[in-house]
Amino acid sequence: MTPLQIIFIIVAVITLFAAIKVVSSRNLVHAALWLILVLFGIAVFFVILSAGFFAAAQVVIYIGAIAILMIFTIMLTRRVARDSGAQHNSNWWAAAVLSLLLFTGLSWILSRWQGFQSTAQPMLESADPLRQLGEGLVAPGGYLIPFEVASILLVAALIGAITVAWERK
Amino acid sequence: MIPISWYLILAAALFSIGLFGVLSRKNAVAILMGVELMLNSVNINLIAFWRYLKPEVITGQAFAVIVIAVAAAEVAVGLALIISVYRRKNTIIAEDIDLLKL
Repeated sequence: MTPLQIIFIIVAVITLFAAIKVVSSRNLVHAALWLILVLFGIAVFFVILSAGFFAAAQVVIYIGAIAILMIFTIMLTRRVARDSGAQHNSNWWAAAVLSLLLFTGLSWILSRWQGFQSTAQPMLESADPLRQLGEGLVAPGGYLIPFEVASILLVAALIGAITVAWERK
Repeated sequence: MIPISWYLILAAALFSIGLFGVLSRKNAVAILMGVELMLNSVNINLIAFWRYLKPEVITGQAFAVIVIAVAAAEVAVGLALIISVYRRKNTIIAEDIDLLKL
């Protein structure tokens, strides 16, 4: 066991436990806080995978914006969130069976892939993934069109969110 | 070194947990949280494949950037819809939101 593997296992256990708490805790504010822990764990995985930009983006976008937005919504709908009734519908056991089936099926399919146990090549010293990503997102031969489509999507979502949530007097 | 299988199994487990949340939760905000878990597990897969298979080609990272942008847009619109429904129906329990039913 290398130290990296031990770190991976510890973070993975914390992340999975927090993920289970996200889908199972009765109090929605607690669920949102557990979600923040899951997102932090995923940021740690991005660091281990030497994708530092995504670790930063994870913290800024997911924890800083999305999780806070969710907590705001929970607070705004507090009467429902405080409801002490059941938080799961009557078909939750079917959902559990389906999720377990999906997990075993995915694991089975993945384990048949011959590259399943492959390890990473060390990154070249000269490699600069962040620069490559930045150039790839604005180069006409790279991912310029998807990038522009994503920006249009964000503007549309911004205007759509304002329009939908607008309170007409 | 960590074999890629660890990341893939972890992402599969996170995706399954998120799916369970989406299918079983009553509260619409909790359903959105499940969707977030699923999108994040996909991101782990994309970055892991980028790092382990072809770190010199940036496709995996570019794809992950698009996934993050789409997730942000989805959450913004979804939460706006939830607030709007809450104003109108005074509930965000998914089973009680049946405005489109005949």
